[in-house]
Amino acid sequence: MLNTLSSTTPTSPGLWALAWRRLRSDRLAMLALAVVALFLVTLLLSATGLVAKNWDAEIGVNYAPPTFVGAQSAEERGVQDMNTAEALPPENPRDPLAAVIRQLRAERAVVVGSGGAAIDDYGIVDPLAGEIAEIRSGQGKDHAAAAIERRATLPFGADKWGHDIILKTIKGSETSIVVGLSAALLATVLGTLFGAVAGYYGQWLDDFFNWFYSVFTSIPYLLLILAVAAVLQQKGVLTIVLILGLTGWTGVFRLIRAEYIKHKSREYVLAADAIGASDMRRMFIHIFPNVSHVALVQLSILSVGFIKSEVILSFLGFGVPVGVASWGSMLNEAQNELILGKWWQLAAASVAMAVLVTAFSLFTDALRDALDPKLR
Amino acid sequence: MEQDILLSVRDLRVSFRLDKLSKQAAFEAVKGISFDIPLNTTVALVGESGSGKSVTALAILGLLPEENATVLPGSRILYGGRNLLELSRAHLRDLRGKDISMIFQEPMTSLNPVFTVGYQIAEVLRLHLGLSPRQAQARVLELLNEVGIPDPLAKSLAYPFQLSGGQQQRVMIAMAIACNPKLLIADEPTTALDVTIQKQILELLAALQDRHHMSVLFITHDLAVVGEIADQVVVMRAGEIREKGSNDQVFNQPRDIYTRALLQCRPSPEHRPQRLPVIEDFMQAGTLPPEPAERSRGLSGSEPVILEVRNLGKSFFSREGFFGQREFKAAHGVSFRLRRGKTLGLVGESGSGKTTVGLTLMRLHEATTGAALFEGRDLFAMPKHEFKAYKRRIQIVFQNPYASLNPRFTVGQILCEPLLIHGIGGSEAERMRLAHELLERVGLDEASYHKYPHEFSGGQRQRIAIARCLTMKPDILICDESVSALDVSVQAQVLNLLQDLQDEFSLSYIFISHDLAVVKYMSDEVMVMNQGEVVECANSDEIYLRPRHPYTQRLLNAIPKAGERIRGQINAD
Repeated sequence: MLNTLSSTTPTSPGLWALAWRRLRSDRLAMLALAVVALFLVTLLLSATGLVAKNWDAEIGVNYAPPTFVGAQSAEERGVQDMNTAEALPPENPRDPLAAVIRQLRAERAVVVGSGGAAIDDYGIVDPLAGEIAEIRSGQGKDHAAAAIERRATLPFGADKWGHDIILKTIKGSETSIVVGLSAALLATVLGTLFGAVAGYYGQWLDDFFNWFYSVFTSIPYLLLILAVAAVLQQKGVLTIVLILGLTGWTGVFRLIRAEYIKHKSREYVLAADAIGASDMRRMFIHIFPNVSHVALVQLSILSVGFIKSEVILSFLGFGVPVGVASWGSMLNEAQNELILGKWWQLAAASVAMAVLVTAFSLFTDALRDALDPKLR
Repeated sequence: MEQDILLSVRDLRVSFRLDKLSKQAAFEAVKGISFDIPLNTTVALVGESGSGKSVTALAILGLLPEENATVLPGSRILYGGRNLLELSRAHLRDLRGKDISMIFQEPMTSLNPVFTVGYQIAEVLRLHLGLSPRQAQARVLELLNEVGIPDPLAKSLAYPFQLSGGQQQRVMIAMAIACNPKLLIADEPTTALDVTIQKQILELLAALQDRHHMSVLFITHDLAVVGEIADQVVVMRAGEIREKGSNDQVFNQPRDIYTRALLQCRPSPEHRPQRLPVIEDFMQAGTLPPEPAERSRGLSGSEPVILEVRNLGKSFFSREGFFGQREFKAAHGVSFRLRRGKTLGLVGESGSGKTTVGLTLMRLHEATTGAALFEGRDLFAMPKHEFKAYKRRIQIVFQNPYASLNPRFTVGQILCEPLLIHGIGGSEAERMRLAHELLERVGLDEASYHKYPHEFSGGQRQRIAIARCLTMKPDILICDESVSALDVSVQAQVLNLLQDLQDEFSLSYIFISHDLAVVKYMSDEVMVMNQGEVVECANSDEIYLRPRHPYTQRLLNAIPKAGERIRGQINAD
């Protein structure tokens, strides 16, 4: 029964199915794919608000160290708690300005003290005074409550404001991966389109795109990015995607163009011409599936590159605006913290990025092997 | 025979792992073969693709790819009292090039493009014989002279691309005989060459073998070539030896049914049966099938003309300097008439412009001059969108069935696409029915519809390509070397199919080939082209019996004829 069934059902694995089969037997590739998938799932959960929704809640003390490092006192942390009274730096007895400083401090105390009293002295009856007092006291209570909840250590530490690093990294992955993937997609689509047109039609169109390509590649990459960033003015995820996508298509363009030049004179394309297939049909229905593996591998390589680029851009301050978590902004913050010995933010962002990039690269390599046209 | 044995192969078994990843059972390419190569003899190893003949040669040289090939235990290759399969790599390398050397099928890819040919030959001499550069240089000139290259001094400084295919193969031979090897292995040395060049190379090999008293292992798929050069013939099929014996015996009294089949299914210039016998006929019946009736060919002159080509010319231009252009006339002044239901054969060597004519007729590139009248309209003059309708009427089957089918399309998609483009068959279901019908017509089963081209053999792919053309019910079918890449037995099947289709639909064929025997078999009228020009055009029997142009005569003389040996002639000279 099973035999007759399998003989009547046509089972012919397509080339993608064969590639998938080869890929599946590659353990390292599967591990890499699992890691990438884990990142993507986390990203989805975070984007839908199921995870890391309250990443910006200040649940730890400032710079709370990771649990395995152990709690530190405020002095060790090198900052004063926001709840403790304004702690003044101890006086330096040898300071020639010590007397002046002392006087200024005294004056200020007087101003603050008398300022509060002065209002009362005008004799104006504030109808909202009661409420204000109530609110103030409420705030005080909240503040006190928050202060109680703030924890001295967090599993992976906290940043300057006491945000949990792990949640921040997860939230940051959203920006980084989305930017990386969508910029890579934009660059690949542009490169493929330009490459297909230039390679297929040749002649003046090819000359035009080559000229365009040469102009783009002759400008130093970072300068080009900064120039586009300056033109686009506003900061944001979309801007970075555009910057990276608009500047990153050149490599894909060259490869796809070369493939089209090679394929357009192949016999199967001539045969398609002979049966009357239009140019568009030959370009995208006949040739494209045969060169798509190049585009796919490029997409994958570019994604890795652009995740890193986003980090660099944010590090340089051309990336996402302040207040949006991304691995790049985390690294950017880390450069100031590192002097204070706060390494956990740097570590979290670097490890997350390194793991993803490594897994993605390994997967890309395996993908390229699996799609190797020699094995067709 | 009384000669001493130079090399003997005993129980050679070689297996290949097909896929590194899958744990499939290994495929046994050579299944325990034994044969001897006597001193001073030419032994031919004949077989179709997949017979294991090249694997055998590679095994002798120790050149099998290590990652997936295994020589099974018990195999022996004895040379000078030693088993070559047990020698260390270093010993084998000493033997290779010095005692045993090899020439390959593709001279262009076997020569290093960035060194002069003189340097490449000298390298062999320096490595194996330890000659000084000056001595090597002198020997290089001697060798080039010996293999018949004119002006050896100038040519020794030439790069491979500056030489013609025949000259490249001569250089390869010079390199192979540089150290006076005792055994020369020639793996399809003439397959990539034109017939006239092939004849010269065969003559050269025979002469060298005689002069240097070496043995030659000549590997080929073409029995006819073997007949001219071999003393002994070994016929292989699917990793087994079917027959071995002397040249005379194999060609005149073949014992094995497969050998007989091979001899019969190649079209010969003398006979033109209704259908060519195919190997299956022999293998199944076990005896010779009855001789089929002869088919008469030729034109009476009264058949209606379907296509008239006048003064067709195609030039390619290459840029020279800033503004200059150099014109290369691939074809010029080609005029002919194609008649309904008849076949026009187009013969010529590589570079003769025959393929250019085919492609230009399809407007796969645009003609430079001339007109092609089809039903009173000039195909070359009409605008592209109008020509699209005519594409249905003229179709082309390409040479390489591995390249002419899109690897990403299933057979069903391949067959339905032209129907879709030309709006034949209203619905999806109707198109599918038409495609299934055609598959059946070209002899493929229904399950093929959902398969991809890579799952088919060369002959089956060519059937798919033919079916694709038939979807549009063309009037004219251009066959551009359509059977040249196929094995003899498969070639016979495809030729029979083409023949049947012509009888059924009264198609007109333009049959382009370099193989004169095949063209003679298929054509009513034959046009001989040389360097872009038509040199002779006549009824096919006429041209074979009474060739007028010297070039045609030269071509005909070069056809290898089984049993007519060059060796005898040379020895007599």
